[in-house]
Amino acid sequence: MPLPTPFHSRTSAVCDSYEWRNWSGYLSAGIYEMSHDREYYAIRNSAALIDVSPLYKYEVTGPDAARLVDRVITRDVTRQRVGQVYYTPWCDTQGKVIDDGTVSRLDTNHFRVTSADPSARWFQDVGYGLNATVTNVTDDLAALALQGPLSRAILEQVVAGIDFARLAYFHLAHGTVDGFPITITRTGYTGDLGYELWVRPEYAERLWDCLVDKGSGYGILPAGIIALDVARIEAGLIMLAVDYVSSRHAVIESQKSSPYEIGLGWAVARKKGDFIGRRALATERAKGSTWGFVGVQYDWNALERLFADEDLPPHVAGRASRSAVPVYEAGNPGRHIGQITSHTFAPILKQYIGIGTVLNPHAQIGNRVDVEVTVEFKRKLCPATIVPTPFFDPPRKKA
Amino acid sequence: MSNNYDAIIIGGGHNGLVAAATLANAGKRVLVLEKRDVIGGAAATEELFPGYQVDTGVADAALFQDEIVQKLDLRRHGLTFHESSALLFAPQPDGRALTIWRDQPRTVAEIARFSERDAAQWPAFKQQVEQMTGLLRGMLLLTPPDLAGLHGGDLMAWGPLALRLRRLGGDDMMELMRVLPMATQAYLDEWFESDALKGALGGSAVIGTALGPRSAGTNLMFLYQNLGGLLNHRFVNGGIGRLSGALAAAAQARGAVIRTGAGVDKVLIEGDMEPTAVGVRLDSGEEIRAALVLSNADPRRTLFGLVGPTYLEPEVMNHVRNIIYRGTTARLNLVLSGLPQFVGQTDEAQLAGRIRVSPSLDYLERAYDASKYGRYSDHPYLEIFIPTVHDRTLSVNGDHIMTVTAQYAPYTLQEGDWEGQREAYTEVIMATLEAAAPGIRSLVRHSRAFMPPDLECIYGLTEGSIYHGQMGLDQMLVMRPIPEWSRYETPIRNLYLCGAGSHPGGGVTGAPGYNAARAALG
Repeated sequence: MPLPTPFHSRTSAVCDSYEWRNWSGYLSAGIYEMSHDREYYAIRNSAALIDVSPLYKYEVTGPDAARLVDRVITRDVTRQRVGQVYYTPWCDTQGKVIDDGTVSRLDTNHFRVTSADPSARWFQDVGYGLNATVTNVTDDLAALALQGPLSRAILEQVVAGIDFARLAYFHLAHGTVDGFPITITRTGYTGDLGYELWVRPEYAERLWDCLVDKGSGYGILPAGIIALDVARIEAGLIMLAVDYVSSRHAVIESQKSSPYEIGLGWAVARKKGDFIGRRALATERAKGSTWGFVGVQYDWNALERLFADEDLPPHVAGRASRSAVPVYEAGNPGRHIGQITSHTFAPILKQYIGIGTVLNPHAQIGNRVDVEVTVEFKRKLCPATIVPTPFFDPPRKKA
Repeated sequence: MSNNYDAIIIGGGHNGLVAAATLANAGKRVLVLEKRDVIGGAAATEELFPGYQVDTGVADAALFQDEIVQKLDLRRHGLTFHESSALLFAPQPDGRALTIWRDQPRTVAEIARFSERDAAQWPAFKQQVEQMTGLLRGMLLLTPPDLAGLHGGDLMAWGPLALRLRRLGGDDMMELMRVLPMATQAYLDEWFESDALKGALGGSAVIGTALGPRSAGTNLMFLYQNLGGLLNHRFVNGGIGRLSGALAAAAQARGAVIRTGAGVDKVLIEGDMEPTAVGVRLDSGEEIRAALVLSNADPRRTLFGLVGPTYLEPEVMNHVRNIIYRGTTARLNLVLSGLPQFVGQTDEAQLAGRIRVSPSLDYLERAYDASKYGRYSDHPYLEIFIPTVHDRTLSVNGDHIMTVTAQYAPYTLQEGDWEGQREAYTEVIMATLEAAAPGIRSLVRHSRAFMPPDLECIYGLTEGSIYHGQMGLDQMLVMRPIPEWSRYETPIRNLYLCGAGSHPGGGVTGAPGYNAARAALG
């Protein structure tokens, strides 16, 4: 049976849809209302409260903590300042991605790492012989994302001790709410202005209440995973087990991906010292990767025609789909070149978009491809263009 | 910093010395670095008490490979062997004693005192064991094949062995495959009924391991221990240290330099993308460079202690972490004012070989039972040598030297520690000895006991494991020392493992050192 999160008394009180998901063993609201539309628009137009407590969280401490984290992740910890947050993948020795998450440098030798999968054993194994301790703090920290253009204004009403004007993108600060301590990172999974709030579980409900109280005038709304999924695809953000398979769970070699193949090549530090997967990644960089990460924008007029051929108006699900669909070379249905792993109608862009992996060199921006679409049980091909991600990238995200 | 060497050998145990001499023979400039003041490692003869030369580790060189004796011309360097007429003497609780002689008819007659049926079986049993060990012997000097990236060339060397296996014929080959992974008790029960005989044989299957005679795979160890002939021994005149001495002399004759009192602190590693051993740093801080580094230290000590786990990929690190060591032997070295009189003993010649207190397989298994739960055996299995019976030069005053290996003494005690239990366990060994040789206590002039942590501390044997890692089915051949690294190479380029932790394993065979040197020569 899934466990309640520290916010459960509050989330369950407003979860009218009763649409709960099991997220890493915790009860997580899929949608609060009967439809996710308002929750999505809260993310984009006001502020959405998303309970992300089920994230796995670890703290790494001790004299060699930085060395341990640096050996795990592909980014260069020696260049990470205290107070800075990294988004990073980590790899196995073959350079295939195991997981991705954020790494907050709380102090010189004190890190907090989030992950999608349980990771303590891996971190401990990588750090064997180093004077550092890996502690699973998943249950010791409640986590709440506050995402949306008005999130900062709300936090300024609620949080003491933090100058939000100076809290830069992917940085963290410590403050208080109603007298209890809170750590705030300017991070999120929506590609919008937003923050993630980390408190001891005993303060979770008070935090929720303060935010709802002060945020009501700003249109604050609890949002579930369904709305979040649409927003994260618009932001071009990948998800483990959807857009790539952890090398830990891959059944066959070809299911594994390097960071270069899932759009995280930028997070592989070229000049850092030894880390797990380094040699394999250097080889791949020299040789070129098999796959490339892509964002695609479906040709809307063509999509309409596919439906019109069946005497249907264009019909696309309001929700994001995590069912992968095959991608073919444009005009050559015999040549399978990849797959779109997450796709959705982007309400803010009024476009149908997707992210996925395509064989190089087909993954180049501007390249035309055909993506499978099912209309009235029939498999059809819709022309699409490979476009840069994020699809939606408002200046306020980093401003 | 000196740069005058092609190869550095870390540790002057017998395998390190074999490797040194083999490399020196091939024209390499070799430096051996030994932490202790004596060479030989666990194959050393030391003046433990003034005037008395004691084999402090192994006493018997029956497994030492003749090919190495010849290639290194060890006889020219003073190596001579002695073989006694008695192979094994086993005193029994009922006052009798079983003696296995080199002479077969004499042995058959002796066994008949315990069981007519077993006596009749003995020649066929000996024949089967020696047929199987004959086959296994062929593996000792071969490098295990690389199963991951199987190359035809790797298997070429194994061709003749496979041919011999085939020539065995279907039934015999099936029998070998059946017998190898068995528990030795099951195997011996098929042949014999006498507890005395089975107990005496069974000791070979468990010595140095954290396994009992009913543990699967112990039969492989039984065959391994008998690779030099069933219950055979071969003593080195002047003590086992003379073997190490001859190896050192052979190496030095080819220009190798041997430094004692030179403990290695770290293997020096360079290379950005591919970590490569480039030399060593001594405990003194001195750094010495060489293109090749061979470590006679056990795999965990080498890869964790001298290299460091963070140089290893996590999978490799886990394999090293999971190597089963679990030392189980304690050693009591005695100087006796006279030759003890064992129960059932009629002739001094009976004591000239191996003496084994292991009156039944149940006795052995019970001794093992205690160790499973972190306790030492109240009635331990003892392996005893009195080298002065055949070599009077080792002692003075006509005194005798007795070395007693007692098992099981688990490295990790559930309660207390060995510092606190040393005396108590020494007393257990003495009481067991007293029962086997009444009056022995009054003969003791000097006594010194070594518990598993002492073996670790003095000889660098991780967890006191005398084989540098248990010789179980799961840690043999392509799995020794760890899967995918069974060919003497390590994840650190130019660093090789040349000790008993590598194929074929423990005992004074010289094979790991010889094979590793040849692997390093490419």
